[in-house]
Amino acid sequence: MIKKLASCVGEYKKYAVGAPVSVTFEVILEILLPLLMARIIDVGIANSDMSYVLKIGGLMVVMVLFSMLFGALSGRFAAVAGAGFAKNLRRKLFYKLQDFSFANIDKFSTASMITRMTTDVNFVQMAFMMIIRLLVRAPIMLVSATFMTFTINSRLALIFLVAVPFLAIGLGLMASKAFPRFMSMLKKYDGLNAFIQENLIAIRVVKSFVRGDYEKQRFEASAADLQRAQKRAEKLLVLANPLMQFSMYACMIAVSWFGGRLIIGGHLEAGEFFSFIGYIGQILTSLMMISMSFVMITMSRASAARIVEVIDEIPDISDENADRGLKVADGSVVFDNVGFSYSKDKGNLTLSDISLKIDSGETVGIIGGTGVGKSSLVQLIPRLYDATVGRVLVAGHDVREYDTDELRNNVAMVLQKNVLFSGTIMENLKWGNENADDEQIVAACKAACAHDFIESFPDGYQTDLGQGGVNLSGGQKQRLCIARALLKNPKIIILDDSTSAVDTHTDSQIRSAFKESFGNTTAIIIAQRIASVMDADKIVVMNDGRIDAVGTHEQLLASNDIYREVYESQQKGAM
Amino acid sequence: MQRGRRMKGAGQKPRNFGQTIKRILSYMGKYRIQLVFVVVCIIVSAGAGVAGNYFLKPIINDYIVPYVGRENPDLSGFISLLITLAAIYLAGVLSTFIYSRLMVNISTGVLKNVRTDLFNRLQDLPVKYHDKHTHGELMSRFTNDTDAMREMISQSIPNLISSLITIVGVFVMMLILSPLLTLMIVVMLIIMMFAVRFIGSRSGKLFVRQQEQLGVVNGYIEEMTEGQKVVKVFCHEERSKERFDEINGELFKAASGAHTFANILMPIMGNLGYLNYALTAAVGGVLAINGLGGLDLGTLGSFLTYSRNFTMPITQISQQMNNILMALAGAERVFDLIDQQPEIDEGYVCLVNARRGAGGEIEESRKRTGLWAWKHPHSDGTVTYTELKGDIRFEDVTFGYEENKTVLQNISLYAKPGQKIALVGSTGAGKTTITNLVNRFYDVPDGKIRYDGININKIKKPDLRRSIAMVLQDTHLFTGTVMENIRYGKLDASDEECVAAARLANADSFIRHLPDGYNTLLTADGANLSQGQRQLLNIARAAVADPPVLVLDEATSSIDTRTEAMIEKGMDKLMQGRTVFVIAHRLSTVRNSDAIMVMEHGQIIERGNHDALIALKGKYYQLYTGMFELS
Repeated sequence: MIKKLASCVGEYKKYAVGAPVSVTFEVILEILLPLLMARIIDVGIANSDMSYVLKIGGLMVVMVLFSMLFGALSGRFAAVAGAGFAKNLRRKLFYKLQDFSFANIDKFSTASMITRMTTDVNFVQMAFMMIIRLLVRAPIMLVSATFMTFTINSRLALIFLVAVPFLAIGLGLMASKAFPRFMSMLKKYDGLNAFIQENLIAIRVVKSFVRGDYEKQRFEASAADLQRAQKRAEKLLVLANPLMQFSMYACMIAVSWFGGRLIIGGHLEAGEFFSFIGYIGQILTSLMMISMSFVMITMSRASAARIVEVIDEIPDISDENADRGLKVADGSVVFDNVGFSYSKDKGNLTLSDISLKIDSGETVGIIGGTGVGKSSLVQLIPRLYDATVGRVLVAGHDVREYDTDELRNNVAMVLQKNVLFSGTIMENLKWGNENADDEQIVAACKAACAHDFIESFPDGYQTDLGQGGVNLSGGQKQRLCIARALLKNPKIIILDDSTSAVDTHTDSQIRSAFKESFGNTTAIIIAQRIASVMDADKIVVMNDGRIDAVGTHEQLLASNDIYREVYESQQKGAM
Repeated sequence: MQRGRRMKGAGQKPRNFGQTIKRILSYMGKYRIQLVFVVVCIIVSAGAGVAGNYFLKPIINDYIVPYVGRENPDLSGFISLLITLAAIYLAGVLSTFIYSRLMVNISTGVLKNVRTDLFNRLQDLPVKYHDKHTHGELMSRFTNDTDAMREMISQSIPNLISSLITIVGVFVMMLILSPLLTLMIVVMLIIMMFAVRFIGSRSGKLFVRQQEQLGVVNGYIEEMTEGQKVVKVFCHEERSKERFDEINGELFKAASGAHTFANILMPIMGNLGYLNYALTAAVGGVLAINGLGGLDLGTLGSFLTYSRNFTMPITQISQQMNNILMALAGAERVFDLIDQQPEIDEGYVCLVNARRGAGGEIEESRKRTGLWAWKHPHSDGTVTYTELKGDIRFEDVTFGYEENKTVLQNISLYAKPGQKIALVGSTGAGKTTITNLVNRFYDVPDGKIRYDGININKIKKPDLRRSIAMVLQDTHLFTGTVMENIRYGKLDASDEECVAAARLANADSFIRHLPDGYNTLLTADGANLSQGQRQLLNIARAAVADPPVLVLDEATSSIDTRTEAMIEKGMDKLMQGRTVFVIAHRLSTVRNSDAIMVMEHGQIIERGNHDALIALKGKYYQLYTGMFELS
């Protein structure tokens, strides 16, 4: 896992190396300071040697300036390395996402994908900066400061052999006990937030059933629960400060007592005694920092794992073996004994035994209840998913033989759950064809019955949609999506229940306008309303992952029970 | 919107310090006594640290230097001094423990109360408020803003107090030890303050830029991830990578800048501290040699220790100040929400259980009778009872969500008890608005809408809403079991009642096929059910509430016709004997209504039953036949 993440440091490697190197210099200079100070006292003052005091003092000042320089450098290096690492990580994830097939996308929910690319990356970035600076600095400081104390006076330094393990074990115990409590607290916190979110979304339901007080009670209970969990976790964490202070103070007293006796006995100089006091702080704070960084790093481990999970995901559709020169020649489609399963499990097929032939230029309707596999079927044509069994052919070639861009540029699909992006209407339309001129755009919009409502906006085609096209009604969004797909001037267009929010009148208008301007395009229309498909060249009735019947409206009405049932339910008692 | 929220989250200065701090203090009021202890303990804790260092002077000067080289030195004074020191330190450690522990109580308690107040206010705010604010925006009050408040209460404030006390204490001690050296320290102090301010303000600005840029990147990621399938369908991968690289590069620039300043603050301050230390050692050494400023070995040693302890609190203060400013800005947003005007309810007519008296007149009953009545107290002290029937009338209602923008114009309609009224028309014609007015999600002027002849503005909102059940297009279910979700309609409903309601809604059979039947846990808005099944649960929930009036707002429009046929049976049973408002764009579902209102641009342009409207050959006829025009 670490190796995979480390590869994202990439071009920022020199910064990532520079940071710990500068930190090391900084620490070494810092460590030497108390020692030099001791020389001032023990040699300079003791011998009343002014020039020695000034010389050493000057040296100290120079060393501090260098130490400051190295410190600042390490800060800069770590900042660049950290931000660069995060940048590369985000890019890797985003690129990966772009290479994902629908099957890969389905595996990660949108929300979790977003969290991985935002919050998780931030966490890992912080941890990374911590590792290349703090986690280098603190252990070096700990070891070299302890080493210095031993060179000064090994007997007195034994104090640290007691104090360091004492504090380390104390902090370790605390952290290991607190960690699970923290996790359970975070879980409760997430739960509470989910509760709030759910409530906000369903506020009309809550209000119309007059359940405000009930919800308040439930909230109060969960909030109290969270409070308890928070107390339980923080109760342990707040032990760190007193524990640290205790160790520090105990060292002070011990150094004073033993050190004092050593001075009296002539085994220790006063200056050395003061430097000892100085090292207490350095040693114990670095220990504290180590434990803090460990907590941070442990916390970010989960984030790192989530990121690696995405990096490790193998895009399951690739066109490496495609024939680059192969062009989609016409709009014919053949399903050759196709079976399909989202989980690639041949024993649990969503679609099975699908054989269907669609000629170029034909209009084909697909009818069936929810969950019978209509969308799954058409998604195989632009190779959004790969067939598990059998072959799907477009213009006589297996879809896997085409370059995916070539295939998808010729097979336009208006998804059931369609999305517009922030930007103007024009910008959104240009997704279909970047180089489309105004004439083409207006033509596509007219065919999709979108031109009139677009023109009715004060800014017309330049109207800003806001994120997700929030300023449009459902039917308007659908019409824009159809226009966007038409702009690709595809050989095949697939409308997956794309006019459900459009009124029946406009729906029929779209179909006739479409026939007029895009008569040569193969159209595959999934619909709930029989009216949307009844004039198609052929209608496919699907049931339970299989094709139940294929025929024209009249044929099916005469011979197919499901079709008749749907038809009748839609015009119950009419005429 | 997402972007706006994220940008707002950071770097915004609070507008009104005093008021906000007062509010926070009032939340802490409950912990008044504990707070006094906290402050005392902080003082003791910081004081102990400061005082302890001073002991180095007497230790060296009085108990070590005089005895150097002596055999059998008298250490009893030394020991008692160390015991005193130990006692002071122990007091310090204990105080630290006590105040930290108390702060856990206080901060979690305050936070719980703030959260609860926030949530309660959200429940009481009118639908209008919810319509105007995104969920993300409101959620960030609960997450980002309250988190910042918690940080501030539990850490920043104690830290700030402790640092201030330490600085003052150290300064005083230094003055006592050596005014001359202190003078030098003051100069250093000014340099440090300057450095902190310089770096702090730079880094602050850069952090705001980083947050903005992060918002842009996150917004882009969100949008692209949500639209990933569309990106694939349009082969837009390369384009979106390009754009991403662009903004990601910008973020890198901002982030590396911001982190640089944040990262160098500590080494610079730390080393300024060391500089202090070095200068003190050198200058102190010179002074000591020349016997100037009364500097002896013990004093110098003690002073040296202080000079190093000086930097930490200064850095702390600058960092905590930033945190506190941010937290106050967050707290202000939180209080702003809590201060929003809740939904006003001036109603005084309420719903009571009733029974028929001897003469057939209605009187109040304490028991549940199945018969309900509106209890209407009048200004002259008399009370009248009107039976709850479900008669709804609109009299010339004109309404707009915003001023100058009317959504409904001169709407008059009546629905007699048991009638089914359909509202037909395109999106934005005002159909849903009508139902929003019936249950007073939005208010209209007095007397325009009457329920059983009573002006609905006089009816208590909870009672009004209890008498109307809604089944909406978006099927909102709650995390919990199927049974709990059905019971949401009537909290004291028995299991049998819930099952009966499910049967009525045609939901019973599919529920029994779920892995745990009625005890199946529904997650994340009922995601493990199909749209149709969720709608059936919604219908069951309305059925168990058993109100005289029912609103079905596009209840079946996101369901395919075969599933709809299944639901319709449930709906038909539910509609029996109730006043029903049906909104639908599938005209087949409204055919058998007693009256159909065709709406356009906020007006009813045609009304009548199906046959009458077909005979009229107007808009309804067009719509209805449009469906089959191609045959």
